[in-house]
Amino acid sequence: MGGISVPDSGFYIISAIAIVLLGAQAVSHPAAFIQISIFGIADGAMYALVALGYTMVYGIIELINFAHGDVFTMGAYIGTAILGFFAVNENSFTTINLVALLLVFPVVMLIMGAINIGIERVAYRPLRNAPRLAPLITAIGMSFVLEGVMFLWHGPATVHVPDLLPHGPGFQTKIGGVFVGFKDVFVVVTAVILVSLLAVFINRTRLGKAMRATAQDRDAAQLMGIDINRTIAATFFIGALLAGAGGMIWGLYYNNIFYNLGFRTGLVAFTSAVFGGIGNIPGAAIGGLLIGLISAYSDYYIGSKWTEVVIFGILIGVLVFRPTGLLGMRVPDK
Amino acid sequence: MSQQPTGTDNILELTNVTKRFGGLVAVDNVSLSIKRGEVFALIGPNGAGKTTLFNNVTGLFQPTSGQVVFDGRDITGSKPHEVARWGIARTFQNIRLFDYMSCLDNVRVGRHVRMKAKLWDSLFKLPRERREEERVTNEAMELLRFVGIARQANVYARNLPYGQQRRLEIARALATDPKLLLLDEPAAGFTPQEKMELMQLVKKILARGVTVFLIEHDMKVVMGISERIVVLDHGEKIAEGSPDEVRKDARVIEAYLGKSA
Amino acid sequence: MARLHLRERFKDRDTAIFGVLFLGALVFPIVTMFATGSSALIAQAGHAGTFVLLAIGLNVVVGFAGLLDLGYAAFFAIGAYTYALFASAQLGSSPLHHSYHLPFWLMIFVGMFVAAAAGAILGFPTLRLRGDYLAIVTLGFGEIVPQLSYNLPQWTGGINAIGGIDQPSLPAWITGPWAGANSISIIQGAACRVIGSGTSFAPCFSFGFDPIAYYALVVIMIIAAVILVGNLYRSRLGRAWMAIREDEVAAAAMGINTVTTKLLAFAIGASFSGFAGAYYGASIGLVSPDDFLFIVSITVLVMVVLGGMGSITGVIVGALAIYFVLNTFLPALPPFVENLANNVGLGFLNTQNGDWPGLAQETQRINFLVYGLILVLMMLLRPQGIFPSRVREQELKHAAVNEDEAAVEQVHAS
Repeated sequence: MGGISVPDSGFYIISAIAIVLLGAQAVSHPAAFIQISIFGIADGAMYALVALGYTMVYGIIELINFAHGDVFTMGAYIGTAILGFFAVNENSFTTINLVALLLVFPVVMLIMGAINIGIERVAYRPLRNAPRLAPLITAIGMSFVLEGVMFLWHGPATVHVPDLLPHGPGFQTKIGGVFVGFKDVFVVVTAVILVSLLAVFINRTRLGKAMRATAQDRDAAQLMGIDINRTIAATFFIGALLAGAGGMIWGLYYNNIFYNLGFRTGLVAFTSAVFGGIGNIPGAAIGGLLIGLISAYSDYYIGSKWTEVVIFGILIGVLVFRPTGLLGMRVPDK
Repeated sequence: MSQQPTGTDNILELTNVTKRFGGLVAVDNVSLSIKRGEVFALIGPNGAGKTTLFNNVTGLFQPTSGQVVFDGRDITGSKPHEVARWGIARTFQNIRLFDYMSCLDNVRVGRHVRMKAKLWDSLFKLPRERREEERVTNEAMELLRFVGIARQANVYARNLPYGQQRRLEIARALATDPKLLLLDEPAAGFTPQEKMELMQLVKKILARGVTVFLIEHDMKVVMGISERIVVLDHGEKIAEGSPDEVRKDARVIEAYLGKSA
Repeated sequence: MARLHLRERFKDRDTAIFGVLFLGALVFPIVTMFATGSSALIAQAGHAGTFVLLAIGLNVVVGFAGLLDLGYAAFFAIGAYTYALFASAQLGSSPLHHSYHLPFWLMIFVGMFVAAAAGAILGFPTLRLRGDYLAIVTLGFGEIVPQLSYNLPQWTGGINAIGGIDQPSLPAWITGPWAGANSISIIQGAACRVIGSGTSFAPCFSFGFDPIAYYALVVIMIIAAVILVGNLYRSRLGRAWMAIREDEVAAAAMGINTVTTKLLAFAIGASFSGFAGAYYGASIGLVSPDDFLFIVSITVLVMVVLGGMGSITGVIVGALAIYFVLNTFLPALPPFVENLANNVGLGFLNTQNGDWPGLAQETQRINFLVYGLILVLMMLLRPQGIFPSRVREQELKHAAVNEDEAAVEQVHAS
């Protein structure tokens, strides 16, 4: 091993071409480029929150948790329902808005955490020693169940999420022809706070260390006295905290959600997790950010109908050229 | 792929084989040669690099440096399936059977590499494929008899008792028609009775014209069946010779009993 | 090995299921024609047959070789578009400006080959990698293929689909002048060929579309598939696939070239999908990117896993069961519930009222939920599938000789 292999060089060549093309755009039309980048970063922050859940669950039980994208959407649905109890003002930022905002996040996150623990308990834990594909099918089943619940709840139409964050001309600044809204800043800051909390949790706490140990080698961890069931449940709980928050942020940013929003968002977030090296926690955050940027550039420079092709093309390219992901740290070994 | 003709007496020759994992040297500059038709044992304390050496021979790992010559052919860096085709078969330290396949199928998989059926033959069950299947089934049954588990032919491999799983693994390896059979701790977890049976089985294998290269911890088994022994410690070869010579070797005693002895 | 007697054969679970399925397939069109007087159900059965073919093919990949393919519909799409492009007026309006009408019987194999080639190209770089990477790559591929067909309308018709696809035609010596217009009318394709004209496909829709002919065709294709895949299963290659599924390292140590063997499984699976795709294009007469979305891949995978991975009878039963749930059971629920409400005096529930969309609508909304619950419950109750793969009974015949083996062993063990 060591040195640059042929697939690796393919990866570098493609990345270099992309960077050169984007660089040319950045030089010729800097304002547009920066504006697109800001949208991309905001989107990427939300993808990152969802990607973390995928990567953590995959790292610990090697399951592509198809229901995770729907946990994200469900977070937005439940959050919207909670906001219905408040007399929020969509036109100006009132104290009620602030209270609602401060309250809705922890409540949504905890509810989604509890739901995800329930899903793990009912649909995945009984199948831990079953054939490898059995939990994958239940994951798909749970995805349908969650989408079904949301469909039953609000039907096929889009659901409006109250636009309670400060917005409008008063809450955006124009720096050199580039608009930066409060919402963009809010999304990024919230995501950064959550990811930092996660990093502290994973690296500093007993449970976090147990999670890392279990991801490394479940049997050995069990021998060392780690309660595997509790650790896996905790992984689902934390994944859902982040996904629930992500869904809420998405709702507040775009103000529109629909029952199968989680399908595409989930696939994109999953791609981010793979991009960063599946199972690799910092990788998922960086991967999410990059996929957000790439899809924003693709939307603008190539055309939004090609974005999905670009993203999944990247997914395939990364796996073929650089299967350990962007950071190239760890390959799941089974 | 130039092949120097080597002494036909030696079926396997390792020359200065070294395997590093990062900074760890698992196998350190080991040379040894195994004569056709002998039982050759590799012993050493846990973590001495015995299984790593096996993996270097069977293509699971590529040696960092050094050369592996099998039957006059340089097989250094070959892929596992190529090594099997050239005539090296192996068993695994922690048994690796095809759990959800019958014992018969396990052995027939071993026969795979000596079969000729192509996709089209199988797809349309051409007469020659039928004949080959029938022949292979009989050969596989014969091997199951040889190791004494023919009655279990239709049982899933995972449902066999431990001792019979080891035997099945040997039958599966023999099905590849090896010239050299690598046994990785074949007697591990065996009762004295089973060990005796294993030693008899090894002799029967030898009688089929197969050279046996084994890793074993149980000194009774090793001393009982092997003609020559190599001792590894920390990846290095520290002794080589007949069982009697090795038993008396000061470095071997030290490696096994610690420096204080 | 002596052939088994008939009675012994019927003790074999799989043989019995095949027998029942075969008889069912024969009786089905007769019974439905008598009972309903229309061929609508037969057309639906022909459509279900497509999924049976897909499930049999995916079973080679997932059940035999243990490779997870989440983009199986992409190969289905490749087969369908291969046929649709070269057997309709579509390419006339493409940048090629020339439409082709190649015969179905040739194109079905071309579709198969093209899909297999796509599978090989996709599989080759990925199958060297470990674990679930293939699953992820196929997932991506499965998303890209329908997107491409949406985005390239000048070639694929995009969202408007390709219509007016030629019907298969049988050579005249089979049909003969005695065949009436509707007797064996997979024949009529020739009638709508107006070379060089892109718009004259209208008659094709109503002309020569006989569900019974397609039904017969798909049943024959399924029988062929079952025989061929069954042969593979009981062959050197089938055992190699299962060995890789069980333990790749041990399989390699036994001399199996794991990369080419896996590639073969992947390409053969893809070829079935391509084959089914070409049939699908011909039988529906319309190929649209909507038919090849992720949900189709998932549905086929669910059929395989639910039926019992690795078991050919299992996946056929699984495919039929899931098809029934999706296309008959769930759609029948809303009117059923509506009637039920009327009969028990809760008819007021059937009208829309504020947020309440009406009972039928509400039941329809519940479909997703019901399907999801069915998946979860089935997996929890039978994680190995409905009819899991077992050690084949054919080999259990050896049980009879076990007595003799005992004696032989005594001699050997001396």
